[in-house]
Amino acid sequence: MNTFINSVPRSWRERKYKYRLIGGICKKCNATFYPYRGSCPYCGSDDIEEVNLPKKGRLISYTIIYSPPSEFRLKQPYIVGLIELEDGTRIIAQITDVDVNEVKDGIEVEAVFRRYREQGADGIIEYGIKFRPISD
Amino acid sequence: MRRVYVCGIGATPIGEHWELSLRDLMVLAAKKALEDSTLTKRDIEAVYIGNMSSGILQGQEHLGSLFATWFGIPGVSAQKCEAACASGGVAFHQAFLAVASGMYDVVVAMGVEKMSDGNTYDVTSALIMADDQEYVAFTGSSFVGLNALIYRRYMEKFNVKHEDIAMFAVHDHKYAVNNPLAQYRKAVTLETVLNSPIVADPLRLFECAPIGDGAAVVILCSEEVAKKYKSDRLVEVIASSVATDILSLHNRKDIVTLNATKLAMNKALKMSKLDLKDIDIVELHDAFTILGVIHLEDMGFAEKGKGWMLVKDGEIEKDGKIPTNLMGGLKARGHPVGATGIYEVIDVVTQLRGEGGRNQVDDAEIGLAQNVGGVGGTVTINLFRRL
Repeated sequence: MNTFINSVPRSWRERKYKYRLIGGICKKCNATFYPYRGSCPYCGSDDIEEVNLPKKGRLISYTIIYSPPSEFRLKQPYIVGLIELEDGTRIIAQITDVDVNEVKDGIEVEAVFRRYREQGADGIIEYGIKFRPISD
Repeated sequence: MRRVYVCGIGATPIGEHWELSLRDLMVLAAKKALEDSTLTKRDIEAVYIGNMSSGILQGQEHLGSLFATWFGIPGVSAQKCEAACASGGVAFHQAFLAVASGMYDVVVAMGVEKMSDGNTYDVTSALIMADDQEYVAFTGSSFVGLNALIYRRYMEKFNVKHEDIAMFAVHDHKYAVNNPLAQYRKAVTLETVLNSPIVADPLRLFECAPIGDGAAVVILCSEEVAKKYKSDRLVEVIASSVATDILSLHNRKDIVTLNATKLAMNKALKMSKLDLKDIDIVELHDAFTILGVIHLEDMGFAEKGKGWMLVKDGEIEKDGKIPTNLMGGLKARGHPVGATGIYEVIDVVTQLRGEGGRNQVDDAEIGLAQNVGGVGGTVTINLFRRL
């Protein structure tokens, strides 16, 4: 069960940036960030362009969630990681296709499209980007 | 700006108050503070209530009017202030501004949270609302999980052992024993902390602030009102600052520094014209052990990567260099989220008045209370001086 109001449009309006790794690049300070937004969080410039971010990166920190929010009840344990993409842009996402006992800092990962959460028993299913280890 | 004084404090003990509602807690704390101040209800001109999650946890908003109605002071200016776990701190800041500006002479700064009615999953959902719902909560991270990301990065970056950070919980419990308002009035060992269940790896249950209910009230007044008190009952607010940082960790360049702490600290020191070394006691926002360590560094008491050494070397003890969390901190005094910022102020004022009992620091004159919202998205620093 989710603890807040079900809404199709709330999820739908974010589809562009949740389904793809589209970030922003600041034309003034050159910073990149995910997801895209109209103003730079670092220098405040409004001169921002969309940029396709690299789909590969490295895990720079992770946690294993044993006590989840209601929306993820019964999915535990699962891994949430802080990923640094090849261009230095960072993103928080679930790490998938790896056992919780085998995840390690520094592993190379790649983006995949996966299921995240449901808006209750009758609501829509929300999808987004997760990352999986790159196998040799 | 006018001078601002604390002339009354009052709070409910923090705990699982099955018999008390959100409104009961607010009324109880306000009564205690008013009694402490010797003022009457009719003296109150404005009320600022820090609260994070009354809507999702109690189905209740509009706390200003609710409190005014149930306390029997309809007509006053009253409103809720929200900044996640820093809600109490920002409510205090608003109350400070209301007196400093000359607008009001007697103002209530309150914090309240009623958490224990919800199951842990639902409370966990409520707490992650402190971060970006669509790009962080969406991933299934809990609020504990975000702090676990910081923890692992910190240990790796500075090559620090888990047990050297987990010590912070042992410290908090030791001092909560003597605090009648504390949720857990018992000491724990490092073994107990390290062997408690994992909430979000590497964070263990006994390294995380608990879920609890509580309300706390501080009454602020102008110099004119303060004149009627003996000076040993008064504490002056010598600085009050609020700063923000980028909301989510993935958009920050450095996740082991909370930049808003540095900004708020600089503002507060400037406002009070004090140096760091003038500060005698600190109440910091250690919702998780790792945060206690990081706050000591970001406030300037230790170099980056070395905050844990202050704990290990006994420097944050009652007789140490910088006595910290002397009433139990968030871990053991408790952390009823939106109320915490006000409990911290009460802990500092109690010490400055010399009413800290067995935890009393000798000759404490200047005290600091730091309140943090989210993973440092908001930080408030308030500084106090004994008269």
